[in-house]
Amino acid sequence: MTELSGWGRYPRHPSDVLSPPSPSAVPPLMTSHTGLVARGNGRAYGDAAIGEQVTLVTRRLDRIRAFDPSTGRIRVEAGLLLADLLDVMVPKGFFPPVVPGTKFVTVGGMIASDVHGKNHHRDGGFGDHVESLTLASPDGGIATCSSTENGDLFRATIGGMGLTGTILEATFRMRPVETGWMRQQTIVATDLDKALDALRASGEATYSVAWIDCLAKGRSLGRSLIFAAEHATRRDLEALQPAADAFPSARSGRLSVPLDLPAFALNRLSVGAFNEMYFRAGAMKAGYPFLVHWNPYFFPLDGIGDWNRIYGRRGFLQYQCVIPTAQAGPALSRILERIAQRGLASFLAVLKQMGPSQGDLSFPMEGFTLALDLPVSDAAFPLLDELDRTVVEAGGRLYLAKDARQSPATFEAGYSGLPRFRDLRRAIGATGRISSRLSARLGI
Amino acid sequence: MNAPRTLLLVGGTSDIGRATALCYAQAGWRVLLAARRDDEARRNADDIAARTGADVAVLHLDILETSGFEALVDGLPQLPDTVVCVVGELGDQQRGQKDLAHATQILRTNFEGPALLLGVFAERFAARGSGTLVGVSSVAGDRGRGSNYLYGAAKAGFTAFLSGLRNRLAPAGLRVVTVKPGFVRTQMTAGMKLPPVLTAEAEEVGRAIFTAAEKGSSDVVYVRPVWRPVMMIIGSIPERIFKRLRL
Ligand SMILES: Cc1cc2nc3c(=O)[nH]c(=O)nc-3n(C[C@H](O)[C@H](O)[C@H](O)COP(=O)(O)OP(=O)(O)OC[C@H]3O[C@@H](n4cnc5c(N)ncnc54)[C@H](O)[C@@H]3O)c2cc1C
Ligand SMILES: NC(=O)c1ccc[n+]([C@@H]2O[C@H](COP(=O)([O-])OP(=O)(O)OC[C@H]3O[C@@H](n4cnc5c(N)ncnc54)[C@H](OP(=O)(O)O)[C@@H]3O)[C@@H](O)[C@H]2O)c1
Repeated sequence: MTELSGWGRYPRHPSDVLSPPSPSAVPPLMTSHTGLVARGNGRAYGDAAIGEQVTLVTRRLDRIRAFDPSTGRIRVEAGLLLADLLDVMVPKGFFPPVVPGTKFVTVGGMIASDVHGKNHHRDGGFGDHVESLTLASPDGGIATCSSTENGDLFRATIGGMGLTGTILEATFRMRPVETGWMRQQTIVATDLDKALDALRASGEATYSVAWIDCLAKGRSLGRSLIFAAEHATRRDLEALQPAADAFPSARSGRLSVPLDLPAFALNRLSVGAFNEMYFRAGAMKAGYPFLVHWNPYFFPLDGIGDWNRIYGRRGFLQYQCVIPTAQAGPALSRILERIAQRGLASFLAVLKQMGPSQGDLSFPMEGFTLALDLPVSDAAFPLLDELDRTVVEAGGRLYLAKDARQSPATFEAGYSGLPRFRDLRRAIGATGRISSRLSARLGI
Repeated sequence: MNAPRTLLLVGGTSDIGRATALCYAQAGWRVLLAARRDDEARRNADDIAARTGADVAVLHLDILETSGFEALVDGLPQLPDTVVCVVGELGDQQRGQKDLAHATQILRTNFEGPALLLGVFAERFAARGSGTLVGVSSVAGDRGRGSNYLYGAAKAGFTAFLSGLRNRLAPAGLRVVTVKPGFVRTQMTAGMKLPPVLTAEAEEVGRAIFTAAEKGSSDVVYVRPVWRPVMMIIGSIPERIFKRLRL
């Protein structure tokens, strides 16, 4: 038995851990154990990647099986790290179709959470780019799934949090890029409405994200910096930074944090100071396009190492909700107001625009998603329960990959695909056998 | 541009083998992965090809089927420029003490098979007048210990074989490299508690092998240099004391 937790280090549960050396070793494990779930790199925040009894770590399934540079089509094993994929592919002029905010995730984890990037409004989630996958199913077999073959199982597996079986391999297409640079433009929004407008208006941009200053109150509530970006072309590079290498190494792209993290992360005053500084530094760059390396643009936190430890032993919670477009303004301002009032400092507060998704349990829906961190404390739980009510009333839902504490009622209210998902689980013999701490907690 | 050189990596399913072959492929070599489990070797071959664009093929080879070695070598489409043998098996010392079949397997997998195979290549390389042979042995062969002397004795035999071969072939300008990786985090040592300073990653061993064989001139490589003094100290303990240590 090993004690496991997610990236938030809350909750922790004991589990047996298996680490099969190859895809062919997985199917027998699906029938010889019960209460098991797959785990990629453990970047889900809460209890999604902890088996009720057994956790099947996929990290040794890390081979690229085929790559066709003429189409960008790639077939990989599910335990391949996104960081590894980027290292290999960016110098060849290819970028993954969708990336989340950290590159230390596996391809299997990206499919199982149907992860969204800063381009969800335009390109959908990672799952939308998966052409086909193979799944070690609960009966010990291997199912090939795509939109045309085993379509129901495919739609349940995308965003299905490992609860339909273990993904072994996936095929998807990389997008060609001319350089490893991003052409970024910063937009300043002085309040929430302006931020939402700016995100809508920047819908033309491939990537956009708003960084909200959670501590701003009153008329400044929701003041944000919006970072819109495109993959820079050769011409962009010539115009903006003619001497630069088209594919600079990832290591040159570290973010230097000009403050001592542990100190500012923990109290309200210092987070306020950081936010103020960040906001001003961003505002100074506003208006002008400039080039930034893909690594800090997409993965600013990865440069900081084990930043999840700065919240101390009790760990932390990430709260990520999505609110349908029509309700987004009022619901998000209610949420931001409560957070600001309570002063439960958040290091990260990110706002993005989303489009629809296809998986039964996929998180994205047309609307806006807000994500923020809070240290675990006795005060945090009732506050989040209260925010949940706002989310549910607005017709929104919470992201399972981030969740460690929502109630079954909140979950059921948000996910209309749940009955279909449960039926499918029953039909393939997954119910009660493929189960994580998350699925047990939420009765999936 | 010159035609790419060819590596034959024997033990194509091993973690150290995978890392080594990747280094060669990144440097523009063609790679042939020999292994007894074709499907698993294919995974590594595909991976290396996708990452590097190199030409990577798989060859079926069981290191215990020594009688087929000459036919196998002569059947190769072309004689490789370098052969690296990483095949090995730690085995179960305690089981081998009672089970002669298991003991035989440990001895043959770590010594007889690799030595005979490299011996066949040595003949072909000598006839051609060029080629590099690399054998992955172990510090376990530097001194026999109660906890793994079957493995250690076989590796000691392999080390002596490589040393003799080097001695014989050096005048003809052929290189023979002995690699002693120390502890390496691989499937062989999965689940063992290993001291971090003494433990290398497979990638480190792969780079060390490539560098030693193709760039440097070392004959005996300790992947992490600390192993050299460590083994010197272990080697210098008088037998009357050594025999009482629980090692
Ligand atoms: C700093 C940070 C930023 C993030 N930013 C974003 C973001 O912008 N957008 C976003 O969508 N997410 C984001 N995430 C969440 C993260 O992308 C997801 O949690 C992702 O699933 C983690 O991948 P993993 O390989 O670590 O999977 P794990 O955390 O190990 O597992 C996550 C889920 O996937 C399942 N799973 C893993 N591998 C398999 C498999 N082979 N077969 C079946 N099921 C499997 C597990 O059972 C579990 O339910 C972020 C996380 C962090 C820590
Ligand atoms: N890991 C360490 O700490 C360490 C330390 C010192 C030395 N070494 C040596 O390094 C080498 C590589 O080991 P590793 O750590 O990479 O472990 P490994 O992955 O277990 O590699 C051993 C390899 O030998 C192959 N093999 C065993 N019997 C065979 C047979 N009859 N025919 C063909 N191939 C056979 C295995 O093939 P299968 O995959 O089919 O089993 C596997 O590819 C070994 O010689 C080992 O002794 C390792």
